[in-house]
Amino acid sequence: MTALTRTVRIGSSHGLHARPAKLFAQAAKETGIPVTIAKDSGKAVNAASILGVIALGLEQGDYATLTAEGDTAEAALDLLSDLLSTDHDEGAA
Amino acid sequence: MAALRGVGIGQGVATGPVQRMAEALPAPEQAPSTAGAAAERVRVQEAISHVAADLTRRAGAVDGAAAEVLEAQAMIAEDPTLADEVEERIAAGSTAEWAVHDAFAGFRASLEAVGGYLGERAADLDDIAQRVLARLRGVPAPGVPDPGHPFVLVARDLAPADTALLDLDKVLALVTTDGGPTSHTAILAREKGIIALVGAGDATVLTDGETVIVDAASGTVTTEPTAEELERAAARAAERRAADDAPPSPGALADGTPVALLANLGKPGDAADAVARGAEGVGLFRTEFLFLSATHAPTVSQQREAYRELLSAFAGRKVVVRVLDAGADKPLPFLNDAHEENPALGLRGLRALRASEDILREQLTALAEADAETEADLWVMAPMVATVEETAYFTALAREHGLRTAGIMVEVPASALLSERLLAHADFASIGTNDLTQYTMAADRLLGSVASFQDPWHPAVLRLVAEVARAGGALGKPVGVCGEAAADPLLAVVLAGLGVGSLSMAPAALADVRHALAAHTLDDARRIAAAALDADDAAAARAAALDAAG
Repeated sequence: MTALTRTVRIGSSHGLHARPAKLFAQAAKETGIPVTIAKDSGKAVNAASILGVIALGLEQGDYATLTAEGDTAEAALDLLSDLLSTDHDEGAA
Repeated sequence: MAALRGVGIGQGVATGPVQRMAEALPAPEQAPSTAGAAAERVRVQEAISHVAADLTRRAGAVDGAAAEVLEAQAMIAEDPTLADEVEERIAAGSTAEWAVHDAFAGFRASLEAVGGYLGERAADLDDIAQRVLARLRGVPAPGVPDPGHPFVLVARDLAPADTALLDLDKVLALVTTDGGPTSHTAILAREKGIIALVGAGDATVLTDGETVIVDAASGTVTTEPTAEELERAAARAAERRAADDAPPSPGALADGTPVALLANLGKPGDAADAVARGAEGVGLFRTEFLFLSATHAPTVSQQREAYRELLSAFAGRKVVVRVLDAGADKPLPFLNDAHEENPALGLRGLRALRASEDILREQLTALAEADAETEADLWVMAPMVATVEETAYFTALAREHGLRTAGIMVEVPASALLSERLLAHADFASIGTNDLTQYTMAADRLLGSVASFQDPWHPAVLRLVAEVARAGGALGKPVGVCGEAAADPLLAVVLAGLGVGSLSMAPAALADVRHALAAHTLDDARRIAAAALDADDAAAARAAALDAAG
């Protein structure tokens, strides 16, 4: 089984901080397969780890690379890249 | 049956189960595990699951942003990266406590390195780490407890951050073992109308879940209350709620002698609440809020807008504005950046303003402009006046700016003793009892170790108040009190008996003070005041007044 990789641009206007990071990590955990996220070509961290995701310090417009492995990798990456490109802080300010 | 004593804030009474606030836990020692990695692993897993479940449960009990924060906290507790870090340390032979402490510290450092918003979140990690550590050690988690039902909070003292998080629907009353009547906690309790007892050193014996009666009026916590005591407390609480709902009347003694009840305000936005609680005007408007966040002074027009907003809320009524009171507990870099060994005795209050007269002139200009556009009766006063010469300087400068009524705060014993000379220049005097007590007793009001000296009931302080009131009476100049003393109902009666004509306090204290004044005639008040003046110390003065008030 080969790993699938996808690169997404961060849509959240406040970057991938507490609330969006929580939504993302929660979704990554719920996919039930190993998913990693990296900032640009940096070190990949467990996407289900809210601390790991927060510590990446991803800002709006940054590129993140997602990698998933498993039968459902395609669907998982669809879902997670959607989450990353959506602006969760829209209207919240 | 048994009663613990402390200093009551306000006149309220409440009954409920005790919930103690746990202290922050010390960092664990870095010692090798004696239990072995397998045992440490089990311990840490149990503690983390427990903390995550607790946070999730609490998240379920609230809505909106608070729920999101708690859910995120729960996720952080169970974070897989964190688990890896903890596991690495346990495998290397460390205890569960050290592994958790050290792993969290690592994440904290990386968040702080990112800075900004994430840096501020670093404190959230400390909270979770403390919860896990507390579980590992089998002690209660630190911070304001959340038992899920209303409770009497018992703490050593509260940090400002804790008080900001207090859920006033849940906290029936507050009991602290430390702190005095002018501590941060006492001031907050007075402002928010929380029934509180501070400095109740024996409250350390109270245990979680036991029912107590907290009576601020008598300054006691009753443990193991009888059915009769519980009934009496409930009846008094109901009576107070009814009195609170009654429309407020102007302050007066039982024989009709008026004692104006005014509000202490810190920003214009607080005016509506003060009016709703029956404030007849403002006895102390602190202007520091305009300056504290700035590294430079606000402009005249910024100030004018704020003053206009305030004055508009009190058309036809008295509003006493204190010009900027910087220094000591509230230093402002643009006024005085010199290091002082003893800032309470340094370049503060009017002394600091005089050294930067432009700032004072701008403030008086803005006040005069706002006055011209509004209908309130504006009085201005200077803080920390010590001499006749300072009084003449300030009042002349205020009048030069077109301000009609210019007075002084009496906070220094020298001004109280010479008040007759000072009032020859000033239109009125307002006694700031917090500083007057600090300077009379030579006890720093910010220093816990000398907090017992900081009691405005001390007969030496009361004699100074009596002298100012006498001088005001002789010259026909109004004398008011705007310190914490005015918010103490029995002391308010004493002050009225000494001849003080207006009392200014946090709006939440108005109802109790109004009630106490209405229960005594001027003759009563004079007799009660005389008993207090004749005492040896603050405690004896309070007891003598209580006795004389019958």
